Amino acid sequence: MEALLQYLSENISGYGQLPVFVQYLLPMLLACVLCLALAALFGLVAVWVERKVAAHMQDRLGPMRVGGWHGWAQTLADGVKLLLKEDIIPAQADKALFKLAPIVVFLGGFASLLVLPFGQRVIVSDLNIGVLYVVAISSFGVVGIIMAGWASNNKYALFGGMRAAAQIVSYEIPAVLAILTVVIPVGSLSMQEIVKAQEGGWLGIGNWFVFKPITFIAFFVYYLASLAEVNRTPFDIPEAESELVAGYHTEYSGMRFAFFMLAEYLNMFVVSAVATTLFLGGWNSPVLAGPAAFMVKAVALVFVQMWLRWTLPRLRVDQLMYVSWKVLLPASLVLVIGAGALAVL
Amino acid sequence: MQVEAYEGEDMILNMGPQHPSTHGVLRLELETDGEIVQRIVPHIGYLHRCFEKHAENVDYPGVIPYADRMDYIASMNNSLGYALAVEKLMGIQVNERVKTIRVIVAELNRIASHLLSIGTYAMDIGAYTPFLHCFREREKILDLFEWTCGARLLYNYNWVGGLSHDLPDGFVEKARQFLKEFEPVIVEENNLLSFNKIFIERTANVGVLSKEMALSYNVTGPNLRGSGVQWDLRKDIPYCGYETYTFEVPVGLGKFGSLGSCWDRYYVRVREMEESVKLIRQALDRLPEGDVQEHVPKRVKPPKGEVFGRSETPRGELGYYIISDGGTNPFRVKVKSPCFTALSVLPEISKGQMVADIIAVIGSIDIVMGELDR
Repeated sequence: MEALLQYLSENISGYGQLPVFVQYLLPMLLACVLCLALAALFGLVAVWVERKVAAHMQDRLGPMRVGGWHGWAQTLADGVKLLLKEDIIPAQADKALFKLAPIVVFLGGFASLLVLPFGQRVIVSDLNIGVLYVVAISSFGVVGIIMAGWASNNKYALFGGMRAAAQIVSYEIPAVLAILTVVIPVGSLSMQEIVKAQEGGWLGIGNWFVFKPITFIAFFVYYLASLAEVNRTPFDIPEAESELVAGYHTEYSGMRFAFFMLAEYLNMFVVSAVATTLFLGGWNSPVLAGPAAFMVKAVALVFVQMWLRWTLPRLRVDQLMYVSWKVLLPASLVLVIGAGALAVL
Repeated sequence: MQVEAYEGEDMILNMGPQHPSTHGVLRLELETDGEIVQRIVPHIGYLHRCFEKHAENVDYPGVIPYADRMDYIASMNNSLGYALAVEKLMGIQVNERVKTIRVIVAELNRIASHLLSIGTYAMDIGAYTPFLHCFREREKILDLFEWTCGARLLYNYNWVGGLSHDLPDGFVEKARQFLKEFEPVIVEENNLLSFNKIFIERTANVGVLSKEMALSYNVTGPNLRGSGVQWDLRKDIPYCGYETYTFEVPVGLGKFGSLGSCWDRYYVRVREMEESVKLIRQALDRLPEGDVQEHVPKRVKPPKGEVFGRSETPRGELGYYIISDGGTNPFRVKVKSPCFTALSVLPEISKGQMVADIIAVIGSIDIVMGELDR
C-alpha cells in the first residue's frame, strides 16, 4: 500500500493537497477492491479448475458446454444461478448469526490477503508481525463455522460445526510450530523479511527453506496441518458429505452458500500462499519474476490439494485427532527444538 | 424408540430417510453422545410396494417384472431365482444353452452389482474417484445387457422355462473384450482404494460381525462369507449347472484386524468379482447351441402344490416360497430377503461406534432398500 500511496502522490497532480485522511483512504480502498477482485477471480477459476482436475482424474470431461471452450464459464453460470436463488433461512434458525456466519468465514481468508507478499513491492501492508497476523486472522474463520453450525438449528450442522472447531484448533498448533522453525532462523515475523532471507543460493533456489534440513520436514508438517485447517480431504470431516450431508453449511443455499464456497477456495489459496512465502521462497525464483513466480508456486500447491482430494478417502474424527496430537505435534516440537539448536550453534 | 424412554442426556439424530449414505430410503434413529452412537434403530418400509400382494394378482410370468424391481441393482439374479422356483414347481428342465446364458448374465449382473456396491462404499468413506471408475465399468455391462434384451436396468430376461431373447451375434467376443478390459481395473481399484492406509484404518476393526452372530441372524451372501463362513449356494446347493464350473468361494480372512470387519466384507466382494470373471469365461467357452425358448410353456399353470426355491444373488440368498392352487395366478409368493437379515444385524454390530462408522457399516452390508421393503 505504501507503494500505491507513493505512486498516486507522484503521478496525480494535486494529490498532496487533498485532506490527509483521503490521501490514505484512497489507496486503502483501492487495495481492498484489488484483494476482493483477486479473491473472487481466484474462486471462480479454482472451482472450474477443480472440476476439470477431478473430471480428468475420473476419466470424464467435466463441464464442457457453458462458454464454449471447455466450459470455462461454468462457474460464472453457477454463480448467477446462486445469486438468483430464493434466500432461505430456516424458521427456527438464529437469524442474525445465520446471516453473519458466511461473512465471518469469508473475512478470515480475505483479511489474510493483506500481508501476502506477492512481489517485492506488491504487498498491501508489510506488517512487522505479518506471520502472527496471518495465523491469528485465518483462525477467525472457525468462529464463523461454529456460528453457522449453531445458528442453523440443524443437528448435522451442529455436528459439522463442533467437528470443525475441534479440528481447526488442534491443527493450528502443529502449523504454528512448523512456522516457528522458519521464524527462528530469520529472526523476523515480517513476511517480506522471510522472503528476502530465501534469496540466492544454489541455482537461485538453494536458500529456500524447503531445501534446508529441518524446515524441509516442517514444510510437510505445515502442509498437512493446513489441509486440515481448510477442511480439505483427507481432513474434510466437518463437511463430510456421506456422514453429515453438508456439515455446517447444510442449511445454506443461494448466495450465502456461495460465500462458503468462495471462502473455502480462498482459504486454500491463502494457506498455499503462506506455505510459498515461508518455505518455497515467495517471489524469489530463478526463472519467473515477482508476482508471477509467487502465483505459480501457490497455485501448484493448490493443485496438490485438489489431487489429494480426488485420491484419498476421509479420516474419522478420532483418527484425525490422533494424527494431530500424537504425530504432528511431537514432530513439530522436535523440529522447533532442532531449529533453536541450529540457531544457537 | 419411545419418546418416554428418552433420558435427555443424548441427542437423537434421525439419519434418513433422506440422507446421502443410507442407500435408498432407510431411516436410522441414532441416539448419540457426541460422536458416539449409543443406540441405533432402523426404520424400514419407505419403499414398500406390495410386491407379494401384486404377485397374487398377476399370472406367473407377470411376476417377473415385479421381481426385477425388488433388487433393481441385480435384476437378473432376482428374476432368475423366481424363474427357477416356478420351473421347479412345474417340473420344467431347461436346455443347456439357457442354463449357460443364465450363468453368464447372472455373473455379469453380479459384477455390475458389486461394482456399484464398492463404488458407493468408497464414496461413503470419502473417496469419490473409485466410484466413477466403478460406474464406468458397470456402464459397459449395462451396454451388453441393453444389446441383449433392450433394457439397461430391469430386464425381464429370465422367463419361466427360457429366456426372452437369445444372445445377439458377436456377444461372446464383446463379453470377452469386456472381461479383458475389466481385469486390470480390479487391480487398479485395489491399489487406489482397497489397500489404501486410510481406507483400511476406516474399515478394519469396524462393525465386526462374528461368525456366530452372522449364523444366528441368518446373514447370507458376502456378509456371511466376510465373517469367514464358506457358504455359497452356487457351490453348496448348485443350480443352473454351477457344479460344472471351477471357481472359488472367497471368504474373509481378517487380514487387517478382527475377522468379519467392514474391510473383510468389502474385500470378499472384490474377490467375488474376480471369481465371476472366471465363471463367465468358462461359460462363454462352452456356450452350446439351442433354442432359448424351447421349453417356455404356452400357458404357465403349475399343478397344485408349493415350492421353495433359492439362489445366490449378489446380496445373499434370495428365497421364493410359492404356493400354487392350480390356477394361472400364484396363490402366494413369499420372499426371503437377504437384505432384511443383513440390516437386522446393524444395531448389534454398530453399537458404541462413531457416526462415521455407522456409515461405513451400512455401506459394507450392502443393502438395497427396494428388495428389503419390496
